[in-house]
Amino acid sequence: MSEPMVRAEAVCKSFGHVPVLKGIDLEVRPGEVMCVVGPSGSGKSTFLRCVNHLEKIDAGRLWVDGQLIGYRQRGDRLHELRDREVAAQRRDIGMVFQRFHLFPHMTALENVMEAPLRVRGDSRAAATEQARALLDRVGLADRTGNYPAQLSGGQQQRVAIARALAMHPKLMLFDEPTSALDPELVGEVLDVMRDLAGDGMTMIVVTHEMGFAREVGDSLVFMDDGLVVERGAPKEVLTNPRHERTQAFLSKVL
Amino acid sequence: MAERPDHREQRHPIKAVPVRHPGRWVAGVAVAVLAAMLVNSLLTNPAFNWPEQAKYLFSPPVLDGVRNTIWLTVAAMAGGVGFGIVLALMRLSANPLLRGASWLYVWFFRGTPLFTQLLIWGNIGALFPTLGLGIPFGPQFVQGQTNALYSAAAAAALGLIFNEAAYMAEIVRGGIQSVDHGQQEAAAALGMSRAQTLRRIVLPQAMRVIVPPTGNEAISMLKNTSLVAAVPYLELTFTAQTIYATTYQIIPMLVMVCLWYLFLSSLMMVGQFYLERHYAKGHRR
Repeated sequence: MSEPMVRAEAVCKSFGHVPVLKGIDLEVRPGEVMCVVGPSGSGKSTFLRCVNHLEKIDAGRLWVDGQLIGYRQRGDRLHELRDREVAAQRRDIGMVFQRFHLFPHMTALENVMEAPLRVRGDSRAAATEQARALLDRVGLADRTGNYPAQLSGGQQQRVAIARALAMHPKLMLFDEPTSALDPELVGEVLDVMRDLAGDGMTMIVVTHEMGFAREVGDSLVFMDDGLVVERGAPKEVLTNPRHERTQAFLSKVL
Repeated sequence: MAERPDHREQRHPIKAVPVRHPGRWVAGVAVAVLAAMLVNSLLTNPAFNWPEQAKYLFSPPVLDGVRNTIWLTVAAMAGGVGFGIVLALMRLSANPLLRGASWLYVWFFRGTPLFTQLLIWGNIGALFPTLGLGIPFGPQFVQGQTNALYSAAAAAALGLIFNEAAYMAEIVRGGIQSVDHGQQEAAAALGMSRAQTLRRIVLPQAMRVIVPPTGNEAISMLKNTSLVAAVPYLELTFTAQTIYATTYQIIPMLVMVCLWYLFLSSLMMVGQFYLERHYAKGHRR
């Protein structure tokens, strides 16, 4: 079997004295779409934010594409990575946030161009061309000049996906990408994500969209109280949950 | 059940009797009378001595004073904004020594009067008779007399800059803190460095919050430059004082100075309008 894209071993994280992750073990294969579900406060978003080191883990190890995240192992000691090295790791990991976090003072095109221009050092022409292509890919070719405030929630989230794709990530993290959207706008965002999965992108998707998880997900993880309770094929977990906590949760959301 | 009245006629435009507001009329008349008295005084009171004002309005000493007021305002704001950003970043730093130093600085310069500070800057030679470059607590390589190295203009500008920086530090800090933390996370997730995030993402958005109070600071600064008479340094107001010290035309000179300040502050308000519009980018639909 090939090297996993993401490997988590006994990942723990506390906020102050409150443990949020109590030892997460997970593997995500290249090209896999893993959906993470669970009640709020179960640690799903925190785990996602640990993968690109927006949160620093307290114990355990986390690798993306074979690279230890946030630390360097020298002998039996871990050394924290410098800001510059952490930034370099994050370049290869795209993230899409629940509340979009587009840069409001930039147009859709400028949002997508920013990282290629400033981080990768692309020429303005190359960055513009790529940004236009990406916005076309998410169905917003006619919105390049609009500011985020002039776009609907669904359009903003599609710009955010294009912005993350602009750095050619090998892994995409989605943190409840449709939770802040009006119901009629959810579909357009899920369509883009479905296309992305079809193109072979490795994705971890924290979501409440069970239909999406069932249809697009290769695997489904149910988290509760900082632990992975159950993991399996989405259809299997959704129709035949083995653990009673999974059953209790699914009976409320399905 | 009562029969519903026929509302079809209500589609015609309403022609109702408006409510009368006698209070507005009374207040309006009072203001009009006061304005008439003011204009009458401006035109007929000989103490305004308009010809005297006209004689000095564009005279070389007054124009020199205007020039000094302008450069002091520009220098004090430029220096104050630059230093204020540094102080704000220190205040938001993870390093407790930097945070403490910034707090102490703001505490001192906001807690003492600008006039008093300017008096101290004017007499700094008494505190530090010599200035030198060398190793702290060690030997000095170059050294000179403070009063020889240091002019009244420098004292005036430094005094205003150091005071303004304390106020700007608070304004910039408020602006930076007004930017949603998610913006920094989004930039970090794209692999942007802290410096890039600050310059490209956080500061441009903070500007929307920083610019309006900074415009007010700049307009205040224009007028506060008159306090550098404490140094002493010859700017617009101090120039007027030196003129009326010999002509005894006190009111005409002071009114003339007011006209200059009004003209300059009006120009600044126009600039402020365009600056605010620029940084509102993305917030207009």
